[in-house]
Parts: sequence; C-alpha cells; structure tokens
Amino acid sequence: MTFDSLRRNLRFLIPAVAFAVLFVIYINTHPRGFSTYVVTIWANQGALLVFAAFAQFFVVLVRGIDLSVGAMIALSNVVASYAIAGDGASLWFGILAVLGTGLACGFANGLVVALGRIPPIVATLATGAVYSGSALFLRPTPGGDVNSDLSDAMTYAIGPVPTSLVLIAAIVVVFAVMLRYTAFGLSLYGVGSSEHSAALTGISLIKTRIAAHALGGLCAGVAGFYISMVTLTGDAGIGPTYTLNSIAAIVLGGISLGGGIGGPFGVVVGALLLKTVAALMFFSGLPPLAQPFFEGLILALAITLGSLGLLRVRNRLKLFAQ
Amino acid sequence: MSNTSRLIELSGITKTYGPVTALKNVDFSCAAGTIHAILGENGAGKSTLMKLLAGVIVPTAGEIRLDGNAIHFAGPRDAADNGLVCMFQELSLMPNLTVGNNIVLSRPQSRFGFLCRSGYQEARACLDRIGAGKIALDCPVHELTLAERQLVEIAKALYQKPRLLILDEATSALGADAVEKVFSVVRELRDAGTCVLFISHRFHEVHSLADKISVFRNGSHVQTFAAGAVDHDGIVALMIGQSLEQLFPPPRKPIAESVAPLLSVRDMSWADELKDVNFDVRPGEIYGLGGLEGHGQQRVLEAVFGVLRGVSGRVEIGGKPFGRRTPFRSKSEEIGIAFIPEDRKTEGMIPSMSITDNMRLAGLGRDGLLTQDNQVREAHYKALLHRLDLVYGSLEDPVASLSGGNQQKVLLSKWLALNPRCILLLDPTRGIDVKTKAQIYQLLSDLAEAGMAIVLQSTDYEELVHLCDRVAVFYHGSIARELSGEMLTPTNLISAAMGLSGIAHATEAAA
Repeated sequence: MTFDSLRRNLRFLIPAVAFAVLFVIYINTHPRGFSTYVVTIWANQGALLVFAAFAQFFVVLVRGIDLSVGAMIALSNVVASYAIAGDGASLWFGILAVLGTGLACGFANGLVVALGRIPPIVATLATGAVYSGSALFLRPTPGGDVNSDLSDAMTYAIGPVPTSLVLIAAIVVVFAVMLRYTAFGLSLYGVGSSEHSAALTGISLIKTRIAAHALGGLCAGVAGFYISMVTLTGDAGIGPTYTLNSIAAIVLGGISLGGGIGGPFGVVVGALLLKTVAALMFFSGLPPLAQPFFEGLILALAITLGSLGLLRVRNRLKLFAQ
Repeated sequence: MSNTSRLIELSGITKTYGPVTALKNVDFSCAAGTIHAILGENGAGKSTLMKLLAGVIVPTAGEIRLDGNAIHFAGPRDAADNGLVCMFQELSLMPNLTVGNNIVLSRPQSRFGFLCRSGYQEARACLDRIGAGKIALDCPVHELTLAERQLVEIAKALYQKPRLLILDEATSALGADAVEKVFSVVRELRDAGTCVLFISHRFHEVHSLADKISVFRNGSHVQTFAAGAVDHDGIVALMIGQSLEQLFPPPRKPIAESVAPLLSVRDMSWADELKDVNFDVRPGEIYGLGGLEGHGQQRVLEAVFGVLRGVSGRVEIGGKPFGRRTPFRSKSEEIGIAFIPEDRKTEGMIPSMSITDNMRLAGLGRDGLLTQDNQVREAHYKALLHRLDLVYGSLEDPVASLSGGNQQKVLLSKWLALNPRCILLLDPTRGIDVKTKAQIYQLLSDLAEAGMAIVLQSTDYEELVHLCDRVAVFYHGSIARELSGEMLTPTNLISAAMGLSGIAHATEAAA
C-alpha cells in the first residue's frame, strides 16, 4: 500500500484498527473466550446493526439523512412476523414481501425528498411516523411466528464461520463492486460530493436520490428480516434505537454526514465497532444504568475526533461551510 | 477546414430570470470547423448563451436548431449526446471522485452496468493530449490545484467527443505554456471539423485563436465579424456601447508620495497562497489589485480584514499596528475598515431580509443599537441610497427583489453608513450593468477625493487602468509588479499577470 492510499483511507483505517483492538479485548474479557458460539452471538447482533447502517449509508452518501430507518426496520420486522411462518413457496414469497416492504418505504422516501423537494430530515421524520404507526397497527404488542428452520439456518454457523458473517461479507462485496465499478455507484458519490457539478456532468439528481433512498430501504428490509430471524418475533417498538445507532455507526466508520465520502467497509467496521463497545460494556461490570452514559461518551469522543480536521481550516468563512 | 455549413443556429432566443432579462431576442449561428470567439462584458449574456447550448437551462422563447433541425435538450447529458459539450467556467468536477471517474462519468461507457476499462484508457489519452500527463487518474480531484482542475475539465470536455465545444474562460488559471498546448489541441479539433465557441477576457488569446468574433452586450448579439476585421479599440467600443471616457470619472490628481500611508501591509504570508506581500495605501488613493484569478489578490483583502487564520506579517492602520484582526475589530470606530466581499448573495448580505435590516447588520455591535435614534439612522441610510441613485419600492422590500446592480449599491451603502476610513472591495462590478458600473466608479472616485483609502481588487483590466492610482499585479501569491502612471496599461497588466518579465514601455495599448 502506498503512502497516498494510506493517507486517503485514514478515515477508514483508524476505526478499523480501533475495532480490531476492541474485539481482541472483548474476546479476552468474555468468560467463555474465543469459540464459534461466542463469535456467532456477537456476529448476529453485529449483523443487525450492519444492515441498519447500510440503510442509512446510501442516503447519507447523497448528502441526505434518513430518520425513518428504524421505522422501516420495525415495519419490515412486523411484516416478517406474519409472512415467513410457512415453508416452501409461501416462505419465499414471504421473504420477498419483507424485503419489498423496506424497498417500497425507501422508494416513497425518495419520491418525497427528490420530487417534493422537502429537506430529508423533515420528510423522513414524517414518513417514519407513518411507517412506525403502520407497524404498531399491524402488531400492537410483540409476537407472531417465524419459520424456525430458516431462523436456524440464518443464525447458526457454517462450519466454524457464523452465517451472519458470511451474509455481511456477501453484502459488502456486492456493494463495494457496485459503488466502485458501476456508473450508478459513482453517481451516488458524485451527487453527494457536489450536486452542482454532478448535474453539469449529466447525472440525474432526482433519479440518483430516489435510487439511494430505495436502496437504503431495501437494506432496512434486510435488517427487519434478520431481526425476525434472531428474535423469532415481530416488534413494532424497536425503531428509535436503530435510527440513532445507524447514524452513529456510519459516523464511526468514517462516512461523512456531508455526503460523498466513505465506503461499505467503513459501514461494516463502524457498525461492528459500535456493537463491540456495547458488548464490552455488558461485561465491564459497570452498573447497567450507567452504560448508556458511557456509550454516549465514547460516541461523542469518536465524532469529535472525526471533526479535528476543522482545526486546520485557515479561512474563518469556511469553518461552518459544511 | 472550409466546411461552412451551419452546425447550430439560434433564432429569436430570449431567456429571463424573473424580472431580469439575460438574453433578448438573440439570433446567432456558428459553423463547423471554425473557432468562434464570443466577447462581451460580464453580464452581457455570454454565460447564459453557453448554458443554453449545453442544455443546462432552456430558453424562455425562441428556437435552437442543430444541423437545421429544431431541438430541445432535456439536460446536459442530452446536449452532450448530440455533440454539444461545454467546459464550464465554474468547473463541473466532483471533488471527492478521482480524476478518472470524473472524466468517465461524463460519457459512461458500460457493459452490464459496469464501466469499461477502455473508458479510462481514453480518459488517460485525453489528459496526455493536452499535456496533463502528470495528473494521475486515481487522484481525487480535491487534491488538485486550480490549474490542474482546469486541465481535467478540458480533458473531460474532449472525452465527450464534441462536435461543438464551448470553452468558457477555459484557461484562466493556466500558465502560458499550458495555454499554448491547449490551444494547439483546439486548433487540431477545428481542423478535424469541430466548431469551437471560445469565451475569454484576454484579447491576445482571442487574436491568436479566433476565426470569427461575435460581440454581445446587455443580452443582445451586437455584431459578428471575421477576426481582424475590427481593431482592438473598435471591439472594446462594441462591447461597452459607449466610450470609456463616459464610463470612468475624470482622472484624479495623484497623491504626493510624502503623504503618510493609511494602510500598510508588511511581509504578509498565508498558507501557500500568499508570500511576503508588501504595499501601502495613502488616504485619497485608489489602490488596485490585479492578476489572474486565484493568484492571491482576493486573499490579501480577506487577511487584512481578519477573515483568515494564521496570517503572518504586519498590518498598520494610520501608523499604528493592527494585530489580532477579526472582522469585528476591523469595523470598529478606531480602525474603520469596510469590506465588500466578492459574492454579494452569500457573503455580502442576507437576500431574504429587507434593505434596512441588511444595512443595520453592518452596524451591529458598533454604534450600540439603542444609542442612535431610529429615524436619524434611517435618514442617514436614505441619504446614502439616494446618493447612489438606488431604485427601490420600499426600504422594507427584501434585498433579493433588487437587481444585481442595485444589490451592490445596498451592500456599498451598508458599509459607508459606518463612515470607514479605508474600504476594501472585491470585484465590486462583476456581473453588473454598465450604468450602475459608472455610478459605482463615480462614487469610488468621490470617496477617494474625500480622503478615503480604497483598495480595489478587480478582474477587469479597464477598471484598474482607468480608476486606480497604482495597481499591484499578483502572480503566485506575491506582488509581481506595481504599475502606476504611464506604465499602467492593459498590456502591462496582462503580461505582469501572466508572469512575463518583458513589460512593454509606451502607451500604444492604452485604450
């Protein structure tokens, strides 16, 4: 790796190293040590957050933000608790319905943001309320039924490797290739990087925005599906945590909220880093009620480190430009 | 090269933005295999014309014909698919993407959705062709200098295989060697049958390149003629529409060298944009800062006013050192500096607020909001606006409702209301109509007569020549040359701005 590529990937490398260190500490403090069982539990929890973070990632990449990520996840999770109880063809159809729910929600967000020209923070706050309202209507209290064979296949391990890690690897490879080698993937970066220049280059801002939201919605659908695999139920109340954590995860992974910067590996590292911090807290002996405080503190610190670059800004007019 | 068929024709084209008419009933055509220069002042409608051709905007009325067929562009991609490609003055590169991706995305060649390797090879070839072999395809654009970005922008235009190539101030940041290389490629393109529309403010570039010249003024197409058919003075007269004597106020008496300077800048350096800048401005003087864009002249004024951090060197006001500069301290009564920024819409004022509120903003924290009677202040504002002949409905109207020239008047009077001793202006007449220009020139001249020290940064050579007592020409962050008196001619300004040492003596180029 040359010096230049090291320097350009610093935003990703720092969290990657932090993650590696924390993961080693975590395994060593865990009472049962390194085993397929421990890693599988950890990876399943991590995968939930990775998918949620991807839902946020695509929207942030085009310089938006999606406050409805949690609600989309909750709604698809609730749909899953109805749709994937059967087997055979109905199971496949059910999976499609769950993913389709996420996709449709994201697409609707995209339409509102891109065609309605409503700021994403307002638009997704509103649509998010609609989605979580629908979820609550469908399932007022947690419950439902999920095909347990499928759940076992999705949440155990293939040999020594947890299935969830295989899923994460697959999704990362697909997204990395898409973002790097297709005109569509590069357009996402282009629009987030400079809307004006992207438009002059002939990239359709509206189509790209809608596609980014739809893709994010699809990822939220995957997250909702996977939650039903892990918990075997549907729960309409899980939304808010996922929205916040999805933003925290991508920021930790070096994705700029200003758009156009960051990659899929960063998303994974950020999500797993956040999950590992939470897991470490669990075994740290801190009183449970104090744990959110320390989680928040670590997050605040990480974000502050990310904006240290501002100290190098030499023109006062540019301080608040982004 | 003599393919004279009309490639593109405009007839009856009008473009309005709200109450502002950018183009009025324009008829224009250009032929394949020619280099066609478009001349006109800022605000003459050149950029609007280019944007129409590039499919960025659609005309309010009129028809565009390509090869004789009427055509409507859905967007820049659509225009580019028809072979109409524009290299935009404001640059259209996406900073976080690599050079290669920026170029390839302008005409994506893909198989099954994946971009082809051949696209990147073509991009490489385009860069090499214009002598930009040193720019790596995998370098992110935000790491490039302005000149390098301009080369990438040109390569990006070439990559789209244009039939009509529009170069809008394409080479403003490039050194002489790079410009010559680009021009030779442009000539090759012409000989291969491409039509090139070329906008430049540098007359010698137009002379060396153009086959045909069209002059625009105030949104109208004034005249088209073969290059060389009209001399320099004639072209300037066509562009301005009135003689320069009417535009500029009569020359003022030079200020004696013995007068103590009001503003002194010593050894000023900042980041890698300013290097050891020294100059003095005496009361009653208009001191010009010239040079090509991006050579540091704008930064100097920002540094003096206290917008930049980490500036080294000293600034003295009225003989006293002025350290720890911030905008707040600069505008205080004891210092008395006013600063008219370059971009009036985003930096100069708050467009949605009313005229009076905008004028009050500059005074915030200065005269104590409660100490001055509202009516007194309002009368003061009105007198200033009247002096500038501002056309407005009510003082409560938002600034955004005014035309560009009138906005600039409000911006000027907002600062004059503070009675500054020294006024710093960044390109105050950019994009402003001729009449307002003349008014602003008269005002600046009057202010200088009244003993104010004025520093004027400008991209308009005529302005520097006719209005300023002395002009410092910047090159790569330092003052390459200070011109005054007989030496202050457009030719000398241009050669100093381009870093040429040979300065023509004499007045032959004086307009």
